[in-house]
Amino acid sequence: MDNFLSFLISLFPRAVMQGTPLLLGSTGETLTEKSGNLNLGIPGIMYVGAISGVIGAFFYEQSAGANMNAFLAIGIPLCCSLLGSFLMGLLYCFLTVTLRANQNVAGLALTTFGVGIGNFFGGSLIKLSGSAVPAIVLSGTSSYFSASIVDSSTGNWFAKLFLTYGFLAYAAVIIALVASYVLGHTRTGLHLRAVGESPTTADAAGISVGRYKYVATCIGSMIAGLGGLYYIMDYTKGIWASDAFGDRGWLAIALVIFTIWRPNVGVGASILFGGLYILHMYIPSGMNLAVKELYKMLPYVVTIIVLIITSMRNKRENQPPQSLGLPYFREER
Amino acid sequence: MSEKKREPLLHVSKRASLPWYAVWGIRLAAVALALVLCAIVSILVTGENPLQIFSTIISGAFGTSRKVWMTLQNTAILLCISLAVTPAFRMRFWNVGGEGQALMGCLASAACMILLRGTMPNWLLIACMLLASLLAGGIWGAIPAFFKAKWNTNETLFTLMMNYIATQLVAYFVILWEVPKGAGKIGIINQQTEIGWLPVVGGQKYMLNVIIVSVLVLLMFFYLNYSKHGFEISVVGESERTAHYVGIKVDRVIIRTMILSGAVCGLAGFLLVGGTEHTMTTTIVAGRGFTAVMVSWLAKFNPIWMIVTSMLLVVLERGAGQIATNFGLSSSFADILTGIILFFIIGSEFFIFYKISFHHSDAKEAIARG
Repeated sequence: MDNFLSFLISLFPRAVMQGTPLLLGSTGETLTEKSGNLNLGIPGIMYVGAISGVIGAFFYEQSAGANMNAFLAIGIPLCCSLLGSFLMGLLYCFLTVTLRANQNVAGLALTTFGVGIGNFFGGSLIKLSGSAVPAIVLSGTSSYFSASIVDSSTGNWFAKLFLTYGFLAYAAVIIALVASYVLGHTRTGLHLRAVGESPTTADAAGISVGRYKYVATCIGSMIAGLGGLYYIMDYTKGIWASDAFGDRGWLAIALVIFTIWRPNVGVGASILFGGLYILHMYIPSGMNLAVKELYKMLPYVVTIIVLIITSMRNKRENQPPQSLGLPYFREER
Repeated sequence: MSEKKREPLLHVSKRASLPWYAVWGIRLAAVALALVLCAIVSILVTGENPLQIFSTIISGAFGTSRKVWMTLQNTAILLCISLAVTPAFRMRFWNVGGEGQALMGCLASAACMILLRGTMPNWLLIACMLLASLLAGGIWGAIPAFFKAKWNTNETLFTLMMNYIATQLVAYFVILWEVPKGAGKIGIINQQTEIGWLPVVGGQKYMLNVIIVSVLVLLMFFYLNYSKHGFEISVVGESERTAHYVGIKVDRVIIRTMILSGAVCGLAGFLLVGGTEHTMTTTIVAGRGFTAVMVSWLAKFNPIWMIVTSMLLVVLERGAGQIATNFGLSSSFADILTGIILFFIIGSEFFIFYKISFHHSDAKEAIARG
């Protein structure tokens, strides 16, 4: 029992840190999907959010040198990241809402583009910094982002489980809860859901479908972009390397399904996903290494099972938004 | 005039269908604009003149005969996967799982090459590989289709997740079969014996792949446009209710079409492992499953046009790769250029299906007409 407890205490904080980018990504994507936009560009947007923050931090660190100001060190990367992902969201909206393009195609193109932007500018910065290893190290900025209330070497189990994270991790939880409240308990949320379920009805009720889609998707993109920023600045301690972010963007989309479009469920589910994602590190040594790879499958398998079960039970409140993936044109009914 | 209402400046309405030359004119204009923007971006990044950049792209894709064959071979594989996902798309089944289905084909081929070597003559082994690949891809495609047909489970999300399960399965077998132990990769399979390698046709290593995929283009074209199955697919895609009404068994069509879609992806995997790479990695399909979605869509799900669109994307990718090497840039530069071109083409579709008119001019016309 004691063993299990110590295992849990060592696994939990790491699961939270793995889960936070997923939580931000999935909260953003949930808002987006509630407006009827299936944004498959989220992986690309998270890359752009990350690299924009890295670029901001890189130039700030270069210009400030040793005397860094905590406010600017956090503010500049944060604003850059939000701006970068906002522009990506805007591009997606322009293509799919204004020009009514196919959402799957636009989203996949956005992912190609975003990952390309991330790796390209990342590569250029690495060259600029002239470092020997193929990575950018922003430990100065990262120390501000990952500053926690209690040091992670603390002996107190409560503090270790709940107080050892950077501020973005707490922000992620708050954003998820706020998003959940707005979706479920406000007029704006009701309108947004109406737009996603049946844009024709929403339009007839005098709701501006286009505006809701734009705003929800852009805010969603910005939240998702923060996930990328958190990953670089806190989880990897300010180290950017090519493709470092991996397939977490897709996992965030999986999480949206897993939480059946509820950001508040995402708070717990993201920790579960984070745990599943790193569970392979905890399998006893001496076991076949190949089995590790099978463990990494778990989050996806679990997602598929949830997807199947929700579609089988066919409860109306657990379904994807009805107009998900379809463009809306008023004159076509 | 006091009750004058603010009218929106632009009015968007659906077009009657455009003649084909206008449609392709709009698309070409979009590509041209995209190339201009790409040139501007490249100039900003490299400081070279645009002609230099375009000639680098061409030489990167067609500079030497080896490069030409590389381009052809990449086009063949991309085209094969694009052809595979097309029947599903015509049915409005968004199969974004081409990546995983092709990977399963790779896995099946590699498994045959490794496990069955030395037990049977080479031609029989290759036949086994082909069969196993088709089967593996088909099964991978059939699983989401079954749930779609039975319970209307969202296929985009399902096939997306299946990709990663396939990736991890491949990762598992890569470690299981790694050579040498602890290397974390398989290396070239049967390098000495060349067991399970597809025969070289006409002295060119990649010729066979190109021929097979060319035949496949024609087969797919006729299957989709001139067969009963193809017709049923179109009806289901247009309206499931109509399909029910005319007595088409919709769930059977969905499952059948996805088995076909997955199996052709599996064939692409077979060509990749048996014909060109002779190894297996988790990234062997290299995102083509996703690019194929765009290729197929850009060609409006027409197999013949897919030759053009797949070639365009491959040339661009290889050309941008060349720019990256020549000017010491990251190879991801290609992704940025590809993204820009895709955005323009995606955006241009709007002008094909809709027309924009300025509202006040309409009003004036009405007044003029009295």
